[in-house]
Amino acid sequence: MTPILETANVFRTFQVSTGFLKPKRPLHAVNGVSLRLAKGEVLGLVGESGCGKSTLAKMLLGLLPPTSGDILVSGQAITGLDRRATARRIQPIFQDPYSSLNPRKTIGDIIGLPLRVHRVGSAAERPAKVREMMDMVGLPHRYVGNYPSQLSGGQRQRVAIARALIMRPELVICDEPTSALDVSVQSQILNLLLDLQRELGLTYLLISHNLAVVEHMAHRVAVMYLGRIVEEAETDQLFRDPQHPYTRALLDSVLTPEPGLGVPDANLGTTFPNPIDPPSGCTFHPRCPHVMPVCRTIVPKPLATQTGHVECHLYDTALKQAS
Amino acid sequence: MSAILEVENLRVEIPLATGTLVPVRGISFSVQRGETLCIVGESGCGKSLTSLSIMNLLPKRAKRTANRLLLGGADLQGMDERAMSDVRGNRMAMIFQEPMTSLNPAYTIGNQLEEAFLRHRKASRREARERAVFLLEKVGISAAASRLGQYPHQLSGGLRQRVMIAMALMCGPELIIADEPTTALDVTIQAQILHLLATLQRELQMGVMLITHDLGIVARVADRVAVMYAGEIVESGTVHEVFSRPLHPYTQGLLRCIPVPGKTRRGSHLGSIPGVVPALFGEPTQCNFANRCEYATPACTAAPVPLTPLSEGRAYRCILPVETCIANQARAVAA
Ligand SMILES: Nc1ncnc2c1ncn2[C@@H]1O[C@H](COP(=O)(O)OP(=O)(O)OP(=O)(O)O)[C@@H](O)[C@H]1O
Ligand SMILES: Nc1ncnc2c1ncn2[C@@H]1O[C@H](COP(=O)(O)OP(=O)(O)OP(=O)(O)O)[C@@H](O)[C@H]1O
Ligand code: SF4
Ligand code: SF4
Ligand SMILES: [Mg+2]
Ligand SMILES: [Mg+2]
Repeated sequence: MTPILETANVFRTFQVSTGFLKPKRPLHAVNGVSLRLAKGEVLGLVGESGCGKSTLAKMLLGLLPPTSGDILVSGQAITGLDRRATARRIQPIFQDPYSSLNPRKTIGDIIGLPLRVHRVGSAAERPAKVREMMDMVGLPHRYVGNYPSQLSGGQRQRVAIARALIMRPELVICDEPTSALDVSVQSQILNLLLDLQRELGLTYLLISHNLAVVEHMAHRVAVMYLGRIVEEAETDQLFRDPQHPYTRALLDSVLTPEPGLGVPDANLGTTFPNPIDPPSGCTFHPRCPHVMPVCRTIVPKPLATQTGHVECHLYDTALKQAS
Repeated sequence: MSAILEVENLRVEIPLATGTLVPVRGISFSVQRGETLCIVGESGCGKSLTSLSIMNLLPKRAKRTANRLLLGGADLQGMDERAMSDVRGNRMAMIFQEPMTSLNPAYTIGNQLEEAFLRHRKASRREARERAVFLLEKVGISAAASRLGQYPHQLSGGLRQRVMIAMALMCGPELIIADEPTTALDVTIQAQILHLLATLQRELQMGVMLITHDLGIVARVADRVAVMYAGEIVESGTVHEVFSRPLHPYTQGLLRCIPVPGKTRRGSHLGSIPGVVPALFGEPTQCNFANRCEYATPACTAAPVPLTPLSEGRAYRCILPVETCIANQARAVAA
């Protein structure tokens, strides 16, 4: 079956200034990413802050052109598709609800905007649809005439979710959809996303730092580090038997709600990689507890695992035999 | 220990066309030097407005009143805006929930980091710069010197949040109010920032008031916990008391909402607390949680429910006796 969304070796480079009068230098925010999302699937995307997740999400939404590589929506290149038609099928829920909501529009206008843009229903029918969405995300109707600044952080996030789902898109790109929400609303929203997925066959790309949420929702998980997917596997396998040292560090840093255990130390050191000047070889090597000499010089290639792949020399048997 | 922050009967009122909203309804708590108090609660229950009112940064129309509002013994209510701006960013600092609301898009992050330090510390540009670079590195930003020339929109969500954390720490405050400081960060960096806060807390005897929805963080870093619902504190206690013996039905419900790896089945429905928070207009006439509480009886809606103190720092706001609350929780966990 044709995947609903596919990326093949996608790159995105930004030119950033490194100081006054200094020349601009390239920053490879997304560095050769290939992904496939089948219809009805939930793919979790996790990774270090600043590793390129939101940049990838913006490209998948057609909001940012890739520097190179292809993005296919149901087998067709996204660049050849009509923007409005794409927006109807793929909707975002963004990370920072404050900057993605128009401060001069009321909540009702914001949630109903996609209906007007795509001319769905009559002007008389729309308010009912807006209220129905507000019910679904747990926003009391009394907020319909309020402005974003009058809502709390979590309430604004629900507005963003209602706006994304009102068009019943096929694919929803969720960039930290619940990180601004308290756990009871988070569980309502996650339950809602799961119900919609079952009833309407929705597909999600779920970007989140909350690994418990990802484990609960996703069928497969991709782990990103400095612009690359360094490990991908089925959810159970990834959580039971993580391969890449960065994935292991992530799982070791999860804070379960058990008092008295303190905050774990993942032993990654404090040499943070500079994306403008990434480390040679495996870009994780300055922080990796298992680093070998070969890691400093040779870039690891993707190696097949039971249910996915990993980019790490530890699993390269050919390399091990040679050395 | 001595208190760095004392809050008694804090209220916030916002006059609106439809009536007077009272989003913070007479709450009292304190933060000791070197201590972490975590505040948790439903979205919209007044956590951010509570912290903004301590900083005197409420929206214009909002009005603050309190019996006591003391920072290290000094009365914050008596301070005019000039005195407040000497305190803010200096003796107490805030890490805001949404970085974009407090970072100015028109200035480089270097300028914004150095500004407070130059103002409060009478330091030279060079000293301010060195301190900025030092702290950016501490919060895990590489090549910090080269980031100083960048603008907020050129940074990822998590980088912006870390810039804000560094900004709050510039002057070595005695009290830090952190509103969801690590939500935009991955867990390895989150752990590192929590370690950094703990170190500074030990070194400077800094008091930390941490607002978060993440019960994992609360469990691991809090000394004491206050649970808020609809503008009131409904339960408080040490982190052990609140997690191992939650008394208020809302706290009990909260603890059931989180997916716990290995315990909740994937794709199954998570526990939730159906219903929504009541509108916070006027004065309470009943238990504010009654419309969502599975144990509600007519007595719960007959009159406002007072906070019942149990011991120093331990209290809950429910008409049910402690034993009944404990039995309810045991039954719910078994089910
Ligand atoms: N418009 C831009 N100009 C220059 N650099 C940019 C721009 N947008 C993003 N970057 C850089 O690209 C990298 C990836 O950013 P991105 O926002 O995709 O990260 P992320 O994985 O979403 O992080 P987070 O988890 O913190 O949100 C970062 O180093 C960021 O500073
Ligand atoms: N400027 C304002 N005008 C009117 N109402 C407001 C204003 N600011 C906040 N409110 C209301 O006050 C209540 C408390 O808001 P607050 O931002 O303190 O919530 P919160 O507990 O921080 O929630 P969250 O966890 O979602 O950030 C909310 O119901 C909100 O709608
Ligand atoms: S390739 Fe080497 S440095 Fe990179 S993750 Fe594997 S062991 Fe660590
Ligand atoms: S007072 Fe009644 S309604 Fe309120 S929390 Fe207790 S049992 Fe529930
Ligand atoms: Mg992002
Ligand atoms: Mg808030």
